[in-house]
Amino acid sequence: MPSANSSMAVLAGDWRNGGFGLYVHWPFCEAKCPYCDFNSHVVRLIDQTAWANAYLRELDRVAAEIPCRVLNSIFFGGGTPSLMHPDTVATVIEAARRHWPFANDIEITLEANPGSVEAGRFAGYRDGGVNRVSIGIQALNDPDLRRLGRIHSVAEARAAFDIARDCFDRVSFDLIYARQDQTLADWEAELRQALSMAVDHLSLYQLTIENGTAFGDRYDAGKLRGLPDDDRAADLYALTQAVSAEFGMNRYEVSNHAHPDAPSRHNLIYWRYGDYVGIGPGAHGRITLNGQRYATEAHRAPGAWLAAVDNGSGEKPRHCIDMADQADEYAMMSLRLTEGMDIERYQTLANRPIRSNAVDKLIDLGMIRQDQGRIFVQDQGFMILNAVIAELLAD
Amino acid sequence: MKQQLLDAMDIERERGITIKANTVRIDYKADDGETYVLNLIDTPGHVDFAYEVSRSMRAVEGSLLVVDSTQGVEAQTLANVYQAIDADHEIVPVLNKIDLPAADCDRVAEQIEDVIGIDASGALRVSAKTGIGIKETLEAIVKLLPAPEGTRDAPLKAMLVDSWYDAYLGVIVLVRIKDGVLRKGERIRMMSNGSVHHVDRIGVFRPQMQPVDELGPGEIGFLTASIKQVRDTRVGDTITHEKKGCETALPGFKPSVPVVFCGLFPVDSAQFEDLRDAIEKLALNDASFSYEMETSAALGFGFRCGFLGLLHLEVIRDRIEREYNIDLITTAPSVVYHVYMKDGSMRELHNPADMPDLTHVDHLEEPRIKATILVPDEFLGDVLKLCQERRGIQMDLTYAGSRAMVVYDLPLNEVVFDFYDRLKSVTKGYASFDYQMTGYRQDNLVKMQVLVNDEPVDALSTMVHRERAEMRGRAMVEKLKDLIPRHMFKIPIQAAIGGKVIARETLSAMRKDVTAKCYGGDVTRKKKLLEKQKAGKKKMRQFGKVDIPQEAFISALKMDS
Repeated sequence: MPSANSSMAVLAGDWRNGGFGLYVHWPFCEAKCPYCDFNSHVVRLIDQTAWANAYLRELDRVAAEIPCRVLNSIFFGGGTPSLMHPDTVATVIEAARRHWPFANDIEITLEANPGSVEAGRFAGYRDGGVNRVSIGIQALNDPDLRRLGRIHSVAEARAAFDIARDCFDRVSFDLIYARQDQTLADWEAELRQALSMAVDHLSLYQLTIENGTAFGDRYDAGKLRGLPDDDRAADLYALTQAVSAEFGMNRYEVSNHAHPDAPSRHNLIYWRYGDYVGIGPGAHGRITLNGQRYATEAHRAPGAWLAAVDNGSGEKPRHCIDMADQADEYAMMSLRLTEGMDIERYQTLANRPIRSNAVDKLIDLGMIRQDQGRIFVQDQGFMILNAVIAELLAD
Repeated sequence: MKQQLLDAMDIERERGITIKANTVRIDYKADDGETYVLNLIDTPGHVDFAYEVSRSMRAVEGSLLVVDSTQGVEAQTLANVYQAIDADHEIVPVLNKIDLPAADCDRVAEQIEDVIGIDASGALRVSAKTGIGIKETLEAIVKLLPAPEGTRDAPLKAMLVDSWYDAYLGVIVLVRIKDGVLRKGERIRMMSNGSVHHVDRIGVFRPQMQPVDELGPGEIGFLTASIKQVRDTRVGDTITHEKKGCETALPGFKPSVPVVFCGLFPVDSAQFEDLRDAIEKLALNDASFSYEMETSAALGFGFRCGFLGLLHLEVIRDRIEREYNIDLITTAPSVVYHVYMKDGSMRELHNPADMPDLTHVDHLEEPRIKATILVPDEFLGDVLKLCQERRGIQMDLTYAGSRAMVVYDLPLNEVVFDFYDRLKSVTKGYASFDYQMTGYRQDNLVKMQVLVNDEPVDALSTMVHRERAEMRGRAMVEKLKDLIPRHMFKIPIQAAIGGKVIARETLSAMRKDVTAKCYGGDVTRKKKLLEKQKAGKKKMRQFGKVDIPQEAFISALKMDS
């Protein structure tokens, strides 16, 4: 264990292991999807200028607290950020550049819906500084798109994807699987199509039923039928790994696949437990100030957030994250990555050794592997990662 | 003033039952112009407290048989009325709750005549809530019940009716004076054990405690004598003066014997000392409750406790959880088996886990009961089926109106666990049930063990009849398969007798438990999930490599059919 003083210094710089990013939350959608529990709202009219100004004020406020950091990534998430006017996006990027020097390889991602209107704005986003888009295609067959409550068609999605490829070097898209009545064969065929379309990155999420969503209500009422049980979901997940590997798109995180040089840098900041500023309604952040890591969270309701920004800050009161919680958070995030968790870094944060009997038990069961000071979750372990983490972090 | 004055414990009010006997003295000016002193005792009705009831009956001259006019006669009513008849009581039938729309006095009066066989034509119709009929009831007491007899000049002879612990006064003893006079400052002797006490105060309940100078023949009142433990004051004992005491004690005194045992363990093992404290305090006030320390490989440190019956068990358990704030794991109740060894000796077995090696055992005997069940005839078939399933032998079946009265000889071990729950569920709550112990009988009983991941779980060991072992074993392993969450590895769950496996299930390994999406905003949410998982794990008992949820220790033993 390092001495107290040097450990303070190590902790003050712990975030550097993950880098520094900026997350901008755009809380509006054209329609709410029945499975989505993100902070999104459907409104008729949005005053783009007012929103641009609010983001700028928040950036000014946060940058004054955290000056002199090299920015590795900006991510526009939502909601549906492709409803933002390209000028709004460009203004935010420009402001960020004024506050923080950009890394040479800065990644600036915008989440987009694959509608024709959005696709028409792609060139504008590129001109404003966006260099990567992540498109919510979700399914490659129309009946499933409808059941997922998506308002686009496969044809529209493919067209939007083609436009995106023309505009950007880096394009990712999302699919949701483990849908109602989806067979292994259905999914394999669809996944193969997706992999042959894919540029360098693909996010493949199993459908999760969340409380407080339309699907959640239908599920509770027993009306959402045909969802796979755990055994079939596990088979679907295993199939996904095997097929993706054939296409050279290996998993680098539980649900994310990429060419070796193309993982999402922004998301790596989360999973490597770096610092990130979150602005916009409901955005979360993790920032280190004077050696102390804080969790930040902005007001969720768009109107309340705008008003709060007007009064000086969109943030709710901050919470200090104590060392034990930082260690838990680091483990929870890093174990999602195939690159694994650095044991020394964990132990420094936790200020205690990792539970070796838990490690031994999990190695025995074939859930994890330990090598060169890191813990790597194995194939079997990824499918039950929550249980693996709970075992490893048990008190 | 609270409406239910005499049932003081929360549990009594909540369950609508009486656990401790209570008394009240009333001065009543009757229609004949005389003022009478009436001493009333409210007794517990439940079978668990049958002995206490019998003592209360012996302490008074007559009974009011209060029957709920909306419910009618219950099995419990029968047991208690027979006690009153045994005590040669004059019995005055009273129909209560006549203010309720569901009251059916004529039908219930008819039932009293049919089922109990006493004249109910003059049954008083009362609503304790509104006051209707109260005056008539008091008049009936004066006119119909005999006045107490007894001699003032005889040596003191008083019956100990009940007792309880008071933090300020020590043990308060409820007494009925049969002969002689008791005064403050006298020295008294308990005839069962010869212990001598100095009487600090005497008084009566009106219903508040009110000091008096003396208690004479026929009076019911209390005394305190700096007695520290309720254990030293046994219900049914005879109290006399230290000097010039009476020669013979009142008949019928019996020390109480627990018939049902179970283990009580703290959910949080750090609370063991708190549990010890709670149990010791409760035992101070309850002589019929016994305990000894127990260690279980699965559940850690706890106590093996003996109770008068199932209600008594539930009441004690609820009081520990509520009044002392300790979460408990209660193991399946077990009865006391008599184990006859090959060397001719006999051992009492309170815990199946302690069953001696079979090679030394000659045979086993188990306690039997006589169960009386009153049930509307449309549910009779289900009740008979249930009793047969529980190894019952039918002794009697009679009808009173549209209700059947069934009497069964049943093994107590088939009843202690979930019989009453099952009875209620198959009869939609319409059956009433009462029982009395009848004695021990030999049967083909074996200890069934449960092995989880090849290790025996002592807290799940049970005594079963050999012929039913396969069925019980199968049901148990199937239940456990549902109760134990999936682990990262597959887990065999077996039931075995001796070394022989009689039922087996395999809990397959956990296949999927992963949060699909986890980004910056989800860290906090994920952390909450982790905390929940950690808290959930604390509610489990680790057994070898397997975590078993607490409720499994009870639920696994319940029989659904």
